[in-house]
Amino acid sequence: MAAYKRPKSLKEMPTAYCPGCLHALATRLVADVIGELGQESNAVNVISVGCSALNLYSWAGDDIGAAHGRAPAVATGIKRCMPDRLVFTYQGDGDLAAIGLAEIMSAANRGENFTVIFANNQTYGMTGGQMAPTTLIGQKSTTTPFGRDALSTGYPMQMCELISVLKAPAFVARYALNTPKGVMDAKKGIKKAFQYQLEGKGFTFIELLTNCPTNWGMSPLKTFEYMETNTIPYFKPGIFKDVEVQE
Amino acid sequence: MITINSLYCKGCGYCIAFCPKHILEMGKERSVRGFFYPVQIDESACNGCGICALMCPEAAIEVADKK
Repeated sequence: MAAYKRPKSLKEMPTAYCPGCLHALATRLVADVIGELGQESNAVNVISVGCSALNLYSWAGDDIGAAHGRAPAVATGIKRCMPDRLVFTYQGDGDLAAIGLAEIMSAANRGENFTVIFANNQTYGMTGGQMAPTTLIGQKSTTTPFGRDALSTGYPMQMCELISVLKAPAFVARYALNTPKGVMDAKKGIKKAFQYQLEGKGFTFIELLTNCPTNWGMSPLKTFEYMETNTIPYFKPGIFKDVEVQE
Repeated sequence: MITINSLYCKGCGYCIAFCPKHILEMGKERSVRGFFYPVQIDESACNGCGICALMCPEAAIEVADKK
């Protein structure tokens, strides 16, 4: 691998995330790709609510804070007013898959030309580890202390599968960030999504499987093992839709 | 070949776990923010693959070009 330098889109200060949080890695990957594409002064980061909002402490480029779950609606407005800008939303699973489900599905169905970066850590990190729509069956959280039960709370929501059945989206993919290979693939995927957006191909959706050492109650490296044995078998990484391949 | 910025590092240990040459280990000194941070045991063994920088969530590791 070639030399690596800290991307310019990150401020010269530590992130606000906990030690070992892959949210910080996801933010860094986006900043890396924007640096590679030379879009530092052109990118607009639409920040949502939750741990993903801590992004605003480390993001050096243009950003805007959206209401809880409404980042795709705000991004739609920005992209329609300024079609030349590289617009992306950065959302967590509590934001995107729970309160923001209507916005994300509508934006995907309209095929709005922006990118959604979806960090899925299967919990509400900022408010103290409550059950999210994506919490795995049997996974403990503060609102499901004996593990999530499918009878009363249903099954984990697979957003990539849901969005990939729509006609409009151009690129839908999921990556796990717990191995170097997964991180490299994720970087390629994010780059492809941004390139599709710059070419005007339409809605692009990247799901990144992340961890939450604090609320899962594990050391950072233990969360990687947990992801390998529990998260990845249910949320399978891969490319779910790619317009270029289908054509 | 690599430089670790102790200001950004939070001591998660990903770089140590994924280094293929096993030349990183957790240091005994704390950074100004109170975290233990990794140090290089054997600088000459580093081949500059950049996996430590790839896995670092905080972008605390920079990799220089191989000369």
